[in-house]
Amino acid sequence: MIASIPPGLIMIVGAVLVPFLPSRVRGAYMLALPLIGIWQLFSLDPGSYGQMSLFGFDLVHVRIDKLSIVFGVIFYIAAILGIIYALHNDDRTEQTASLAYMGAAIGATFAGDLITLFVYWEMTAVTSVFIVWAGKTERSYQAGMRYLIIQVLSGVLLAAGAVVLARETGSFAFDFIGIESLGGWLILAAFGIKCAFPLLHNWLQDSYPEASPTGTVFLSAFTTKLAVYALARGYPGTEMLIWIGIFMSAWPIFFAIIENDLRRVLAYSLNNQLGFMVAGVGIGTELAINGAAGHAFAHILYKALLLMSMGAVLHRTGTAKGSELGGLYRTMPWTTGFCVVGAAAASAFPLFSGFVTKTMILTAAAAEGHLVPYLVLLFSSAAVFYHSGIKIPYFAFFAHDSGKRPGEAPPNMLVAMGIAAALCVGIGVYPDPLYAMLPFPVTYVPYTTDHVVSDLQLLMFSALAFAVLQRTGLYPKELRSTVLDFDWVYRRLGRDWTVFLAERTSNALKTIYADFGGMLNRVIDAVFHYHGPKGLLARTQEIGQATLVITVVLAIFLTAFYL
Amino acid sequence: MDDHMFHHPDRKAEGEKPNWIDHPGNVRRIVWALAAVSAALLSLDLFLHKHDKFGFESLFGFFAFYGFALPFLLVLAAKQLRKIVMRDEDYYDR
Repeated sequence: MIASIPPGLIMIVGAVLVPFLPSRVRGAYMLALPLIGIWQLFSLDPGSYGQMSLFGFDLVHVRIDKLSIVFGVIFYIAAILGIIYALHNDDRTEQTASLAYMGAAIGATFAGDLITLFVYWEMTAVTSVFIVWAGKTERSYQAGMRYLIIQVLSGVLLAAGAVVLARETGSFAFDFIGIESLGGWLILAAFGIKCAFPLLHNWLQDSYPEASPTGTVFLSAFTTKLAVYALARGYPGTEMLIWIGIFMSAWPIFFAIIENDLRRVLAYSLNNQLGFMVAGVGIGTELAINGAAGHAFAHILYKALLLMSMGAVLHRTGTAKGSELGGLYRTMPWTTGFCVVGAAAASAFPLFSGFVTKTMILTAAAAEGHLVPYLVLLFSSAAVFYHSGIKIPYFAFFAHDSGKRPGEAPPNMLVAMGIAAALCVGIGVYPDPLYAMLPFPVTYVPYTTDHVVSDLQLLMFSALAFAVLQRTGLYPKELRSTVLDFDWVYRRLGRDWTVFLAERTSNALKTIYADFGGMLNRVIDAVFHYHGPKGLLARTQEIGQATLVITVVLAIFLTAFYL
Repeated sequence: MDDHMFHHPDRKAEGEKPNWIDHPGNVRRIVWALAAVSAALLSLDLFLHKHDKFGFESLFGFFAFYGFALPFLLVLAAKQLRKIVMRDEDYYDR
């Protein structure tokens, strides 16, 4: 019976009940749903389920294979961690929306055709915007509106692409798509928006940091990695993705260095890590696809862990801005420790999760002889250490003493961070279970002297450079500021142009009225003269006269009949 | 949930004891330790032969140099980027 329920649907349907449950049982109820879901997933055999026919097209609601399983499993784990982390939060909107959102992302992962994918794809958009809005600030409202428009646009492109593709191929099947056709390009654009490709990326840095401390953790795991999954399914080995990926891996780092809001720094670093995965999909060999999927798995955990630690700081101090923080390690030692573990995993230190997955992508790039991509990814690896590895823990917990002495994070937050940290170390020390889950058989050996020594040299000298920059005062200070990115084009330039054009249009209309108004008035006057109430052609008799005439006629008739 | 969880009072105690890491001398020691570890890692290049894919990875100190120089330049470049893209905190709110 349980096998007939599509994965993800348990959480979507379960979300409907959330608002009606008393807050005492709501947490346990929410936690139970992904636990049932992951148990159900493991009890299902690979294959296709829920086939049906729609207007002659075959739809496959559920397709379970190695690629979808690895993303499904990490999505369920992220759901469990996120719900534990948010147990103290009693916001029904966020709870309902986050459950439905996570369920939709899981449903999309197992979609076997593009129509089913589209339905879940749009569902992730319309549910997650409520998580952004649950930030309950004017800024989060505005950011949510921009987020919704862009996310829905992605869905529209996906639907259009699916229809065009089905006309060409006669099938809605969600398998390799490629960029040989118009439909393929449209769908790539749809995936690219959700994957935060360069210039399509700003919805991420714009909206995620405006959600609540718990909401950002939910958001960070799903949308973008669903897009990575979709790319790995539809566009493996598409060379263009290598170049998009390496650009994505490097460019956001510049912004992460100078951004002040530490959760926004993490959003930039999320974007940069997506670049590694997209490049892996573009390389397209078995090792590279394994690397992309494995890195998505590891990345979801350490990114959630880093965002949880910053969420705890925000929760306790009311700010996540580098310029306002510092010295928190004194009263938040556990959060500090977990944050450092997440930072080490993100930086791909040996014995941490990032190392065993990211090096697969780098090795794959080298194995295929992609020189420039290899060098750019190596640069990004060294630089990740700056914004994720050093900047986040350093400016929040150490650096100059902000004088803030907040309490340690609530117990449920610590538990969630603790589990995430344990997984980051566990995967790094013993990667075999993760490797066994990856789409292709793994022959890659992460712990060779070569890999470990090269990696440590890269990272330690990168740390040394930071120390030199910091000690000499060259490192940019954390300043209260807004950093403009490409979203300036539509948030300022687009807005200013719209205002400018609206003003010009309205001025032009006024001139038109002034010029033609006189002419129009003369015409109207003439018409009025002849047809107006007192006009010759419209002269009317007064009601009194009419009444008199009728009375006279009536009197004549009456008299005549009496006679 | 009760309100104090969201507005936890700061509790900086008077006469709070400084920690080990708060001494400037110890921070300097950490930096020197980092330099020593880095030098030790660099010296490994004398004994290990790395597998080449492109021909430059086995050069002495390639990863050390790359790891030091590029992030260094990145930070200096990002500082220049500030001149173009940095605005007041309420830029978009106005």
